Amino acid sequence: MDFDLFWSSLGPMLLGALKGTIPLTLASFVLGLLIALVIAVMRISSNKVASGVGRIYVSIIRGTPLLVQLFVIFYGLPAVGVKLDPWPSAIIAFSLNVGGYAAEIIRAAILSVPRGQWEAGHMIGMSRNQTLLRIILPQAARVSVPPLSNTFISLVKDTSLASLILVTELFRVAQQVAAFSQEFMLLYLEAALIYWVICLILSTAQTRVEKRLDRYVAH
Amino acid sequence: MSPTDAVLQVRGLGKSFGSNTVLRGIDLDIPRGKVVALIGPSGSGKTTILRSLNGLETPDGGSVTVGARDNSAEGPLTVDFGDAALPKKARAAQLSALRDRSAMVFQHYNLFPHMTVLQNVIEGPVQVQKRPRAEVVAEAEKLLDRVGLLEKKDAYPFELSGGQQQRVGIVRALALKPQLLLFDEPTSALDPELVDDVLAVIKELADEGWTMVIVTHELAFARQTADEVVFMADGLVVERGPASQVLRHPKEERTQAFVRRLLHEI
Ligand SMILES: Nc1ncnc2c1ncn2[C@@H]1O[C@H](COP(=O)(O)OP(=O)(O)OP(=O)(O)O)[C@@H](O)[C@H]1O
Ligand SMILES: [Mg+2]
Repeated sequence: MDFDLFWSSLGPMLLGALKGTIPLTLASFVLGLLIALVIAVMRISSNKVASGVGRIYVSIIRGTPLLVQLFVIFYGLPAVGVKLDPWPSAIIAFSLNVGGYAAEIIRAAILSVPRGQWEAGHMIGMSRNQTLLRIILPQAARVSVPPLSNTFISLVKDTSLASLILVTELFRVAQQVAAFSQEFMLLYLEAALIYWVICLILSTAQTRVEKRLDRYVAH
Repeated sequence: MSPTDAVLQVRGLGKSFGSNTVLRGIDLDIPRGKVVALIGPSGSGKTTILRSLNGLETPDGGSVTVGARDNSAEGPLTVDFGDAALPKKARAAQLSALRDRSAMVFQHYNLFPHMTVLQNVIEGPVQVQKRPRAEVVAEAEKLLDRVGLLEKKDAYPFELSGGQQQRVGIVRALALKPQLLLFDEPTSALDPELVDDVLAVIKELADEGWTMVIVTHELAFARQTADEVVFMADGLVVERGPASQVLRHPKEERTQAFVRRLLHEI
């Protein structure tokens, strides 16, 4: 093992994580959650068009590979005159993808809230939207934190695909150093180690958030 | 009785779920300040009536009229369910207007688990009725004090016993200042030793002059509290009259059988 190379490449790789992987993950996740919320509400709507569009969206996102979605946006769209830089392409692809998966999580969480909660909301005079916002979603949020955390952790790892459309993130830095030094095993294991540590930290944070949200639930 | 004396007038209320006809033309009149106990076997349609009065269910025929608030300019509100062609939006507006005038206490409390006791009580008045928060909180605290739960105002529902939760449910309904209070078997989910506290609160409200419809299997309570008892079966009113008469000397055979069975269970 070439420990000098390990240490000297650690800095650039961490920088790749800090300036690439992490902001890409955060931006895509936040945008993805917004998309998911809209799609989830469309899916439970009594309006057939809205729920149909939502269902098709989820089906396409979940039925096609993320890598293909990424390539369609970055390499495909220029053919129809839409030329996007690597970063916007990556953020769009990842947030659309998260949107599809998280929509199903949020929808299931909304449906898991007992019907009596909707009725109590209506009883005190709330409209459907008010009840959704103030009564149902806060309870659904509690239920969706564990699965959404898993989506988030998957996203951290999935952002490595952005290296294929030339976004300088952790894995692309590893590839570049490896190509230069020919130490593939060392550098790819090193990249794996960094991803692993990030995910460990996130899992710990997940447990804490769940504990906090648990405060109004009996044990 | 002139229409303005009646807080509630129900005419020919009908409801089917698919091929299952649950209400077959129900008439009800409740003068201001009176208490009606609704009794009857399981599946007879009692809950469906309450839910219709609170706009949680859309009947397919008949009408509901709820009187105006005291000293308010608005007149009584009548919702006619006979008009099947009414657009969805207009129907929703009617149901919500109906809800504004009544408040319901649920069998399973249905408190908001993510809110404290106080938040549960003030949510409707503050968020929906847009009344000043400070005023609503002061009123809510007074009401909670009355039912002996002021010191629990910052607790979450899961920290309370069933009886305490139901008393919060009652306070949540009162805080809406409705014309009409609806109770759907308010004590049937409670452990026996917790029932009396809740019934005592409801009895107090009756004495205070609230207009109420109470679905209950507690016949002794109905006799003490209700001005009128309505016995229904299979979606029809079978017998109605003063509580003492219907419960002690029922005329109809079905009422006799029902009352006898309930009394024997106790
Ligand atoms: N949402 C619904 N969909 C289909 N059927 C329903 C629905 N709600 C009630 N019913 C049916 O309507 C009938 C009357 O129900 P309801 O709950 O009004 O009876 P109830 O008198 O309150 O009975 P219980 O004493 O058991 O509470 C029952 O046969 C029930 O199965
Ligand atoms: Mg019932």
